[in-house]
Amino acid sequence: MGISIWIRIYAIFVKELKQLSRDRMTFGMIIMIPLVQLMLFGYAINTDARHIPVGLVDLSQTSESRAVEQALVATQSVDFIARYRSIKEAEIAITKGDIRAVLYLPADMTRRLFNHPLYDHKQADSPLTQPIGQWIVDGSDTVIASSIRALRNMPLDEVANHSATRTAPSFEVVQYFNPEQRTVVNIVPGLVAVILTMTMILFTSSAIVREHEHGNMEFLITTPVRSIELMIGKIAPYVLVGLLQVAIILSVGHWVFSVPIKGNLLSLLGSSVLFIFASLTLGLVLSTIAKTQLQAMQMTIFILLPSILLSGFMFPYDAMPVAAQWIAEALPVTHFMRMIRAIALRDANLLLLGKDALWLGLFTVGGIIIASLRFKKKLG
Amino acid sequence: MTFDHCEKMEYAIEARGLTKRFGENIAVNKLDLLIPKGSIYGFLGPNGCGKSTSIRLLTGLLEASEGDVTILGKPLLGHEESLKTRIGYMTQKFSLYDNLTVRENLNFVGAIYGFAGKRKKARIEELLALYDLEKQAKQFAGSMSGGQKQRLALACATLHSPELLFLDEPTSAVDPENRREFWERLFDLCAAGTTILVSTHYMDEAERCHALAIMEEGNKRADGSPQALMNAMPATVVEVSGNKLRQLKQTLTQHPDILSAAQIGAHLRVLVKKKVQNPLLFISELSHGRETLLARPSLEDVFVTCTGGRHGD
Ligand SMILES: Nc1ncnc2c1ncn2[C@@H]1O[C@H](COP(=O)(O)OP(=O)(O)O)[C@@H](O)[C@H]1O
Ligand SMILES: [Mg+2]
Repeated sequence: MGISIWIRIYAIFVKELKQLSRDRMTFGMIIMIPLVQLMLFGYAINTDARHIPVGLVDLSQTSESRAVEQALVATQSVDFIARYRSIKEAEIAITKGDIRAVLYLPADMTRRLFNHPLYDHKQADSPLTQPIGQWIVDGSDTVIASSIRALRNMPLDEVANHSATRTAPSFEVVQYFNPEQRTVVNIVPGLVAVILTMTMILFTSSAIVREHEHGNMEFLITTPVRSIELMIGKIAPYVLVGLLQVAIILSVGHWVFSVPIKGNLLSLLGSSVLFIFASLTLGLVLSTIAKTQLQAMQMTIFILLPSILLSGFMFPYDAMPVAAQWIAEALPVTHFMRMIRAIALRDANLLLLGKDALWLGLFTVGGIIIASLRFKKKLG
Repeated sequence: MTFDHCEKMEYAIEARGLTKRFGENIAVNKLDLLIPKGSIYGFLGPNGCGKSTSIRLLTGLLEASEGDVTILGKPLLGHEESLKTRIGYMTQKFSLYDNLTVRENLNFVGAIYGFAGKRKKARIEELLALYDLEKQAKQFAGSMSGGQKQRLALACATLHSPELLFLDEPTSAVDPENRREFWERLFDLCAAGTTILVSTHYMDEAERCHALAIMEEGNKRADGSPQALMNAMPATVVEVSGNKLRQLKQTLTQHPDILSAAQIGAHLRVLVKKKVQNPLLFISELSHGRETLLARPSLEDVFVTCTGGRHGD
């Protein structure tokens, strides 16, 4: 009796693995999804905007105004791609979306510049000090708006052509981990979590449904196979698939995007396996609810969106409202996001992250139980 | 008590008042069955009459709305799982894996039934030989012909040597030659002691069964051995030959004492109600002196008599 349980689980495991290896489309996706997404996001996602296309309305037309323009271009934040004769014209260009912002330099810019303390350090900051120009910004994209806002206190030493004399800042900021502030360092471990969520849930959510749709289930449920055996046998091959994807993402991230992998590999493996199991059981639960593969797909997307938006992948977890944090806590991906970033980037170990690991474990056990209870060996 | 036990063990399937409703629609209506062990029992009826649903109820795949079922001496309710090792089921739609080979499919099913090692290998070789699949062993199931698929499905359904075998329209995708062979195999299984319940919409297949139930819209219209059904048919068969049979058919079917008239080749096969004293004379008069002849009833006549609203009287 005892041994036949393992015979059956192993038979289902082998069958599933064989079918998977013969489904070239799915097999290709297992490898291509992480590769393509990584290349895409690794190069594309950048939260510090650079080379924003902007316009210029220069009513002063002096060598100083050109010096200001050059100083701005030197920051690489903006590219002046067009000139306009009036604010009106520039506003139309912003509305059309040709440019994201416009710099207005008034006719008396040179006078304002000479009186400005950032230009002439002998000048005191007085109520008479006027800004030398004005930025009009398309504020609908907050990332762009804040990048331009950062230009507000741009030093004018370069324009003045004298050496910089910095005033002491109120705070000194020391950057631990990721000192060059490259977004990709944070993105790559996050991508492991997002891609695993997508593929693991998608594969298993359609696994049971597929057997129903192809008519295999009607035979299968007249055999002595138990629901728990079917569940375990079905998800086991995808653990290997998940680990393969983790390996692909982290090694490409490491070799192509120079993301440091600081933590030890055992912690990385442990946390990945925990998360893979949690995602697979979530997929299994979905597959006992969905009737068709299309429904399974829709449910996967329903889980995937909050997994991307609330898990801390896109926006910092700590900046979210409390209610959103609760939802995020319920998703396995949030815990894994925390763990893999900590392990990969900050060399934390699994023990330091016990709470998250425990949650993923509990989630898996609960998921398997729910899926086995929900899966009735009945039709209809 | 002992007697009761013995009597129970004689039947492979006992069903009383078995009913299945899908919402408003009654798929199976108060079905009573008593199927002796070791027999081949048929469900005969058109598509949608509830054959598959009945089989799913008897295998425990569907939950009955009403009624009691006893399978192999055990009440089905509560013994579904333990009975699964003793019954085999070949579904109407091919339910094995298209992208696994014949041998892989058999290996999978064998393992699911707890076979392992030498025992599994020996059983699979035996089945491959028995069902003439040795050449196809490495072929993907999805690429096989209807007849080969059907043999593979039967091999899988009988791998664990079940005492009771359910076959849902096993020959619908198979040519007549293969159908005959298939039935030979069923008789072999039956001779080895397996009870078989088979559904079909072919008359000739139904005629091979030891006993059958004629079904229509979820109701059992008649049951018994083919011979008993033909003998008990409440109609006489008269064959009319001559010309203009199509017009004659029109007029005959209008008559309240005539159950049906169907053209078969060069003559018209007329079913006359039993209450008509002299059917030959009766038809002779109605057909204006065309040649008439009494004929032996066939299973098709039985089927026609008890379906289509003609079963009432
Ligand atoms: N799962 C189901 N849900 C709703 N109606 C069903 C279901 N299965 C069968 N039926 C209905 O029950 C009736 C009998 O179907 P079925 O048993 O498949 O007939 P057969 O096998 O004799 O062709 C049909 O009217 C069919 O539409
Ligand atoms: Mg059917």
